[in-house]
This record gives sequence, structure tokens and C-alpha cells, in this order.
Amino acid sequence: MLNAVGRDIPEEILEKVHKVPFMGNGHYDGYEIKKTGPKTRCVISNGKNKLVSSIREALELSGIKDGMRISFHHHFREGDHIVNMVMKEIHEMGIRDITLCASSLGKAHDPVYDYILDGTVTGIEASGVRGKIGEAISRGYLKNIAILRSHGGRVRAIESGESKINIAFIGAPTSDDYGNLSGMGGKNECGVLSYSSVDADYADKVIAITDTLVPFPNYPCQISMTKVDYVVKVDEIGDASKIATGAAKPTTDMKKLMLARYCTDFVTKTPYYRIGFSYQTGVGGASIASTLYLADRMRGDGVKMAFGLGGLTKPMCDLLDEGLCGALFDTQDFDTFAIQNMHHPRHYMITAGEYASPFNKGAFVNKLDFVILAALEVDTDFNCNVVVGSDGMLMGAQGGHPDTAEGAKCSIVLVPLVQGRMPTIRDRVTAVTTPGESVDVVITEYGIAVNPRRQDLIDAVRDSGLPLTTIEEMKEKAYSITGEPKDIEFEDRVVAVIEARDGTIMDVVRQIKE
Amino acid sequence: MKLLKPAAAGTLESSDCFVSIEPSENGIEIDLKSDVIRQFGDRIREVIGETLETLGIENCTISVTDKGALDCTIRARVESAAFRSAEIKEEIPWEKL
Repeated sequence: MLNAVGRDIPEEILEKVHKVPFMGNGHYDGYEIKKTGPKTRCVISNGKNKLVSSIREALELSGIKDGMRISFHHHFREGDHIVNMVMKEIHEMGIRDITLCASSLGKAHDPVYDYILDGTVTGIEASGVRGKIGEAISRGYLKNIAILRSHGGRVRAIESGESKINIAFIGAPTSDDYGNLSGMGGKNECGVLSYSSVDADYADKVIAITDTLVPFPNYPCQISMTKVDYVVKVDEIGDASKIATGAAKPTTDMKKLMLARYCTDFVTKTPYYRIGFSYQTGVGGASIASTLYLADRMRGDGVKMAFGLGGLTKPMCDLLDEGLCGALFDTQDFDTFAIQNMHHPRHYMITAGEYASPFNKGAFVNKLDFVILAALEVDTDFNCNVVVGSDGMLMGAQGGHPDTAEGAKCSIVLVPLVQGRMPTIRDRVTAVTTPGESVDVVITEYGIAVNPRRQDLIDAVRDSGLPLTTIEEMKEKAYSITGEPKDIEFEDRVVAVIEARDGTIMDVVRQIKE
Repeated sequence: MKLLKPAAAGTLESSDCFVSIEPSENGIEIDLKSDVIRQFGDRIREVIGETLETLGIENCTISVTDKGALDCTIRARVESAAFRSAEIKEEIPWEKL
């Protein structure tokens, strides 16, 4: 069945995952759902000790068994030790048929590959998969169909009971012995625990794993003791040098600087650029450079930002420190500077639900004026792919891409026209993750293409002197440089589904042809 | 052009390719590895073949490890390797290339 972005979603897959095809943004606006709460084992006795001696003991006490769904967060990024430590125990216990429900999985989790092969892990639900896990899914080694969700979509799936978590594991840089958790302090600071909040709220059992026990009460806490069953102390929850790097050096790549310059020029020409605007950007070289350019323009124009949102890096925190930005609402910290900036009184942690869930009473993304995004591929209908490489291999994450693109009044995608030999602007993307109706502007080094759906934006910048072009012209230019790529071949078998924010099916990913 | 010895050109940097060529007597044998072989493998073989033809090479073993190079880069690397193999250092027939 063709969905709203023209992708053919096979009936048998829809039946298998109990889903319907994507029907366009806003289809579920006003829809009512009943949220399902967790099972809670009450602690009334004042003698209860939550501190247990090992992950194994916590697993046993939590009643781990075959077929369970367990969850993790990715605030430790490529420095995470939690997933591997827990999975090693589960494997040694001989438990099978586990579904991993993580906010994201990366190269740090390559050891899970072996557990997929031997049937310890048979299901994966994540924002994205990289490295060997992506390879295992793409090659068809995972027993069940993997489900890829945006950050907001994950919250929706958990709260609605569609993805019922039996045991949640929360790596916490600091905890007291009663389970008040924080991303601040300790030897492996990550800043915030935004993605774990929904796990703590909806999992039947919650196990906190820390390497830094602090005296009770660990306040201010980001996750409350009222949701935590057990606390385990281990030697190292992660590798600090990979959890947060130093601030990225500003790029000197002329192509990226050009994208950044076009981006800032465009932003400042739109009616949304005014006192009190809101802004989210990414961590790529072009995004960071555009934040620096934007800061210059704001100083010159006397325009201040009301708030910045999302994953944060030093340049956004500098805006707060300088008074150019009124507040930051933080879901993830990418450098040590952003973590330390959490001490600023107007730098707040928000949960993934507050950030981006489509199935609550209103999230931050709905209040965004601008979001600056990247993509692996964009098609001539502005559909973006951020999860499947041009070679067909799963290699990226949806993250907040679909959430912010839909929420923001002006979503801008920065992409080089050509990456290696692959044209980035194409007739058809390998997979759709973000629908074209959410994407307002695409910027390459060859110019700026505004989505024809946004006549208001086209009118606003028409006489601005900006290098305006069309997405079709961009595609032609790209193909003239690289040649026309042949469509890659896949096997018939569907190995993953890409869920839209609202849980409908945006696209399917098929097994790679060897 | 007569190839005299094994020779190479290029790098394994992104958007480049590494070409090694050696004389042989069994026609043209192309060994291609590429990051974009699924999308551009046929085109890359075509470019290698055309370049060898332009140079008047009828027999060689050529191995190309491609990291997403554009046609112009592939052509230039194949030519460099061939000239090195033929020990042609001066009077390169630029107008023919």
C-alpha cells in the first residue's frame, strides 16, 4: 500500500507490526490516547535497601526472563559501557529472545552483534543503529523486524504501551543508594538524562547503574528515587573521553562554511528572525559554523533569541553566557563545555517527551521557529533519509530529525551537493525518514531551494539577493558531477521499519543483496 | 603505449582512487574495488576502459581501489599510472588526453 510519501509498504509487514501506513503530518492531531502505567512494587518499609552488589543480582531480583523488552539510553554516546555490561550478564545467564529498546545504539555496542547471531537478542527498537548492529540488521541476521523511531516517537510508543518495557537500565553519572539519579557529577558526566525519563516512568523495573555513589539525597536529581527499584555500583559506566569531547574546532572546510553562510543569511531574511525567536541546531561543522555567523548577526541587529533547544554544544552555550539567548532546554550534551554549562541557572534539562513527543499535550518542538538539520540524502520532493546509507546499510539515527522538522516553523537542511561520489540530492532517497512536507528549505553549496509548499517563505526571500534555486536544478547539478547512480538491489525480506512520529509506517528497509 | 614495469598512482583518501597497473599479454584485466560499486561500478569500468583505449594500451592488468572518485579523477590516476609504467616523463601528449 502506498503511503503519503509514495512508499510502498507491504500489507504483510503492516499486519506483522500491527501498523498502518503514514497518512501525512497532523493526521492524529487531537487524537486521544490512554496511557498505560508501569507495575510498581511499593516500598513502604523504611528498612528497604535498594543497593545490590552486581548487575547479575539486579537482573535476578528484577525477574529477567526470555522474551523480555529491556531499555537503555544513549547519553554516554560512543563511550557507553552499560549496554555491553548488561548484555554480557544476560548472555551468560542463558536468557534468550530479548528485545533491546534503546534511545540509540552505536559502534560502542558492536559486541551485541554476537548476541544477535546466537539468539540472545531477537528484537531491536531504537532511534538508530550504527556499526555492527546496523550491519547485522541489514544482512538479515536479526530474527524480528527492527523498529526505528524518532526521539519523540519512542516516547509515544512507550507511553501508549505499544513498547512495554519490562526492565529499564539507566546509567547514571551519580546516584545515591536510594536511586536519585543525575547526569551531573561523578567521573563520567553526561549532563542530562533526558531520554531515560520515559523509561523510568513506564518500565516495570528500573535498575540504576552508577560508578559514583553519593550520600543521600542526590539533589537536584534528574530521575527520582520514586521510580527506581535497584541501584548497582560498578567500576566504570563509560569512557569519559568518548562521552563528551572537547569543543569542536570551527571548521575550515570552505564548502561547509558556504553552507553555514547561506543558512544564516536565509534565517535572517525570514520573518521568524525577530526578538524572541527560537532555534535548534546540530553538531556538524556547517551547523556549528552557522551558529557562529548567527551570533555575529544577532549582535549587529540587536536581536535576541528567546530559547535554544535540543542537543547542545559550546556555541549555543556561548549565546546563553553572552546574553544573546534567554534560556537553553537541553536533551543531550555533545561536549564538556555544554555539560559544565548546565550550572547556568537558565540552562534546563528537559525530558525527551517534553522535547518531542507527538502524543502529549504539546512539546517544545512545536514552539521552534528554526531547526537546522543535516541529511544523508534528500529527494526532489524534499523527503529526507537520515538512517540508511546510499549502499543500503543501516548506519544512522532518526534522532529528533522528524520531530523538529515537523514542529519548527522553518526547518532547514544543510547538505553538501555531493558526498564522495554520491549525489545527496536525488530522484528518490534510499529510505524516507522525514517527510518532505516537514522540510522547508534545502541548502547546498550550489544554492538554496525552498519547498514549493512554502510560498510564504519564497515570497519573503525573493528579492533578498540569496542564491535561490530549485530542488530539481540541484539534483541535475549533482547528477552532472557524479553521473546518475544505479538503484541498488535489495532482497525482498524487510529487516526494519521506519516509524513516523505518530507510529504509522514511513518506510521499510530491506535486506541488503550480497 | 608500451607498458614496461608495474607502476601506481593515487591515494586511498575519500574521493580519490588508487591505481596500480602492470604489463601483461592477455588483453585488459580490470580488478575493481569501490565504495560505490553498486551504484557506479559499470561506469567506473567504462571510464577505465576508455582511458586505456585513449592511451593505446591493449594489454595490462590494472587494479583500482576507488574511494568515491569522480570520472575525471579516475581518468587522471589511470593516466599517471600508465605513464609511470611506460616510463614516459617528458613529452606527455596532453592534447590527446
